[in-house]
Amino acid sequence: MTDTTEKAAVEVSAAAPVPAPASRRTRAWRGVTPWLFLIAPLALLITFTYAPIVNMLAYSFTDWDGVSPVLHYTGVENYQEVFTRPDLFEVFWVSGYYLAASAVQIVLALYFATILSFDVRFRNFFKGVLFFPYLINGVAIGFVFLYFFQDGGTLDSVLSLLGVHTDHAWLGTPASANTSLAGVSVWRYLGLNFVLFLGAIQSIPGELYEAAELDGANRWHQFRHIIAPGIKPVLTLTVILSISGSLSVFEIPYIMTGGATGTETFVIQTVNLAFRFNKTGLASAAAIVLLLIILLVTWVQRRLVPDDKVDLV
Amino acid sequence: MNRRTAMSLAVVASAALLLPGCTGTGGSSKGADAKAPDDPSKVTGTIKVLTVRTDLVQDGTLKKYAAEFNKTYPKVKVEFEGLTNYEAEVKIRMNTENYGDVLLIPAVIKKADYPRFFASLGTQAERSKKYRFTDYTTVDGKVYGQSPVGVAPGFIYNKRIWKEAGVTEWPATPAEFIADLKAIKARTDAIPYYTNFAAGWTLTSWTYVDGAVSCDPQATTKLAEDDPWAKGADLRVGDTLLYDIVKQGLVEKDPTTSNWEESKPRTAKGEIATQWLGTWAIVQFQDAAKKAGVNPDDIGFMPFPAQTGGKFCATVAPDYNQAVNVHSKYKEAARAWIDWFTDKSGYVEDNLSISPLKDAPMPQVLKPYEDQGVKLIEVDDAQGARVKQLDSDSEVGIYAPEYRQNLVDLARGARKGTLDGFLGDLSERWTDAQKNLGS
Repeated sequence: MTDTTEKAAVEVSAAAPVPAPASRRTRAWRGVTPWLFLIAPLALLITFTYAPIVNMLAYSFTDWDGVSPVLHYTGVENYQEVFTRPDLFEVFWVSGYYLAASAVQIVLALYFATILSFDVRFRNFFKGVLFFPYLINGVAIGFVFLYFFQDGGTLDSVLSLLGVHTDHAWLGTPASANTSLAGVSVWRYLGLNFVLFLGAIQSIPGELYEAAELDGANRWHQFRHIIAPGIKPVLTLTVILSISGSLSVFEIPYIMTGGATGTETFVIQTVNLAFRFNKTGLASAAAIVLLLIILLVTWVQRRLVPDDKVDLV
Repeated sequence: MNRRTAMSLAVVASAALLLPGCTGTGGSSKGADAKAPDDPSKVTGTIKVLTVRTDLVQDGTLKKYAAEFNKTYPKVKVEFEGLTNYEAEVKIRMNTENYGDVLLIPAVIKKADYPRFFASLGTQAERSKKYRFTDYTTVDGKVYGQSPVGVAPGFIYNKRIWKEAGVTEWPATPAEFIADLKAIKARTDAIPYYTNFAAGWTLTSWTYVDGAVSCDPQATTKLAEDDPWAKGADLRVGDTLLYDIVKQGLVEKDPTTSNWEESKPRTAKGEIATQWLGTWAIVQFQDAAKKAGVNPDDIGFMPFPAQTGGKFCATVAPDYNQAVNVHSKYKEAARAWIDWFTDKSGYVEDNLSISPLKDAPMPQVLKPYEDQGVKLIEVDDAQGARVKQLDSDSEVGIYAPEYRQNLVDLARGARKGTLDGFLGDLSERWTDAQKNLGS
């Protein structure tokens, strides 16, 4: 079958009249055309992504306070300060909670994506339920969950309906507060991971499952030998996103606790440096350092898990 | 990232190093004056007033003030813009020339930079005859801002609950205060003290015990020159009291999920007995009482439990200072608004606050203060700029919530350490900053 089509294609192209070589002007236009299309996205990308980074990099070499017209060039002094103050890096321990949470999140998303990719009753409804939290604004989520964790709030009432009277201050101790916040983060981002996995799973041809079933494979075998290898690129991408996301957690703890009770993350600390203590220069340096850390972590992961092609057949 | 993107990033990065650090506004209008208009009917222009009072923008109260203002100044159009996150938003806008015509001076602006951003309202020598608080905005003898209200810190408390607990006299020492809170806990259902931990800014008002404890008008200068957490220093006394209150379990069960808006009606109804805030809060709590259908007269106000020479002390300080944008096209109109709003608007009376006019009477809510002979002092702000600088350099944040939140966490055992260690660390950072800044 393949052979014949290929031959046919060759014949067709051979039969077609050979087009005259394009004039120099046309060729020049052809070279320019893709760039014309790219102008808008590139302009946006440069204005809103690279220019601010460049600005930030420039600030990181100054002692600017964020508003005064006077600023001095201080060389690498800010970077020296960032690296000689261990207290600035201590907050990365908090990221550990979010890392653990993203492991849970990926496993859960994978589980639900696998189940819902098969024929299940109310399948679309459940897809909607799982994806819905991702559509809500992060600030709103923060406020909603403040009530949720309140003393005698939603969580406590639900638990007492089940007969559990915990009397636990959910945001009261660093461990409990971080776990609760990481839980909120799982609730919010599960939907995104889930949709990514679902898309990848559904791009696996259906015949493969049929064939596997004929060979006597059960659901677990199908998952192990068809789904898992089939979605490997998406899986690695998700892991990378989760890890860099865990290092730069911001909105949920910022809105819910403002970084109190040991929930301060690196980004919250940077924001405080810039806006509370008016050390915009130092904060810019910290932000650049975070950017470099994330680039490094991503690069290491890419090295460990090379980006290979999927080949199911 | 492949090689090509790495290359382009490198190009972008090196371009960054070539960019000159140009920020902020030009100094062309530096030192401009906003003169008071001679003839109100001739002043024209449309002015924009930036404010933190989003509530008054929304319920139309500010519009009513503007309408009243227009009776004297018919040709001036006043527009208001309420900002929820005032400090952060205005700070960024001040990198341009468009930051309204009248604005509240953000805390971040260095005093020395005032002439770059604001138009002068006159000399201190002349203004201080009529107004209080002029030294807070004076640079080189010229005044750049005027606060429409003065505030005094103190405890908002529910009189009924305190009486039910058998306390009739104001506590005169921190120990007595603790004992009274214990009595409230034992004899009533109320939460003796509410931290309002979650809102954060509510805890920063503990910094305003400074001056009230020692009854010293030079309290700010002391902050700039001495260790605020030395034995017996004002901030140490205040912080120790807060620590003890929390440590003794005299606060709400879960401070981390406390709720500021909710705390107002709850205090009015007597579910909460006490909160450390300021005179500005009285009117809000009384409104909450009216809405909740309870007696607004139950809301009481008392000074910090410390006496000097047998008398309580309370500091009076300006709220946000209003200033004229140095780039404003209608400086006369803007100046007219500030003068009118300070002198004639009735904003002070509406907020039961202390008037910035020297000859104005004290508000009715401070009647008990007069009866008890509470001494009101105005703290000298000559070193205010230095204190702010020390605060930023040391990253202590006496005007930011983190340090008091950490203190509360420490007291309730959610953070490791001792009170002495905690306060010792603060003094170390503060005095180090003093050394680095020089004098």
